[in-house]
Amino acid sequence: MDIMDIIVLVLLFSGLFFLTGGAVGILRFPDFYSRLHPAGKLDTLGSLLAMTAFALFNLHHFSLGALLTSLKILLIVVFIFLASPTATHGIVDAGVRAGLAPWTKGQKRR
Amino acid sequence: MDKQEEEGLGHEHNTSRVENLDRSSGRRKNYGPIMVTFFIMFGVWVVLSGKFDPFHLSLGVISCAIVAYLSADLLRPSVRGLLIMLVRWIPYLPWLIKEIIKANLHVTYLVFHPRMMDLIDPRIIKFRSKLESELALVTFANSITLTPGTITVNVSPDGDFKVHAIDKASGEPLPGEMEARVAKAFGEG
Repeated sequence: MDIMDIIVLVLLFSGLFFLTGGAVGILRFPDFYSRLHPAGKLDTLGSLLAMTAFALFNLHHFSLGALLTSLKILLIVVFIFLASPTATHGIVDAGVRAGLAPWTKGQKRR
Repeated sequence: MDKQEEEGLGHEHNTSRVENLDRSSGRRKNYGPIMVTFFIMFGVWVVLSGKFDPFHLSLGVISCAIVAYLSADLLRPSVRGLLIMLVRWIPYLPWLIKEIIKANLHVTYLVFHPRMMDLIDPRIIKFRSKLESELALVTFANSITLTPGTITVNVSPDGDFKVHAIDKASGEPLPGEMEARVAKAFGEG
């Protein structure tokens, strides 16, 4: 159990924490638009932390192959960071076009 | 000959307007964009293939060259423009990641709070951005969506933003500092 393992564990569990928060948020928030907040974005940071942990853990036995695999894992993060906000925006836009009014304070849960 | 020299000089400035003029004239004299596209794609090829024997490398060179030649008209990154953008982007990214972490903690706090329904107060905020270029507007819109608590609902080409914010505190800093930093990253500040 060296220092690298501890860093990886901390990153992995904080990533899992945010991913769990995203899942719980989808269930708890009151309407379509507010549910997208945890769904689209807590996942982004959660996967960033988890993927960084995987990339670091993979470098444990350093070799060129391991470095390439780590770079591939980091590429996943880059694509998530590009795709996630765009997809969230697309879903919100679909809701607005369909005429769904956002939930405001004081209304009943939907 | 004169005309060519003029166009060559125009390319030195590499503003987006000059790029557009070049595209409309359909000229393929400038190999800078093709080379940039080629090297970016070849880097991705090497990372994804992971094989360094001559056979696989030459396959990569051939396919990257064909795709770069065919698609350079679409992408057209200019060498200088790309470098300038990279230099300006470096200070913006750590700040964005810091904001993302801060805002994520806020939304996680809301999600796990027992009286969450009292704390959230969704609203739609409208404001007008001073940013001009489309790329800056897109970056700003995606940055807003990436920082939790706010989702960009709509952007007009003139910079009219509609943003859905989960509570009052999330929406308040907009447009504010983030806009100023995006403007700086794209040299509009």
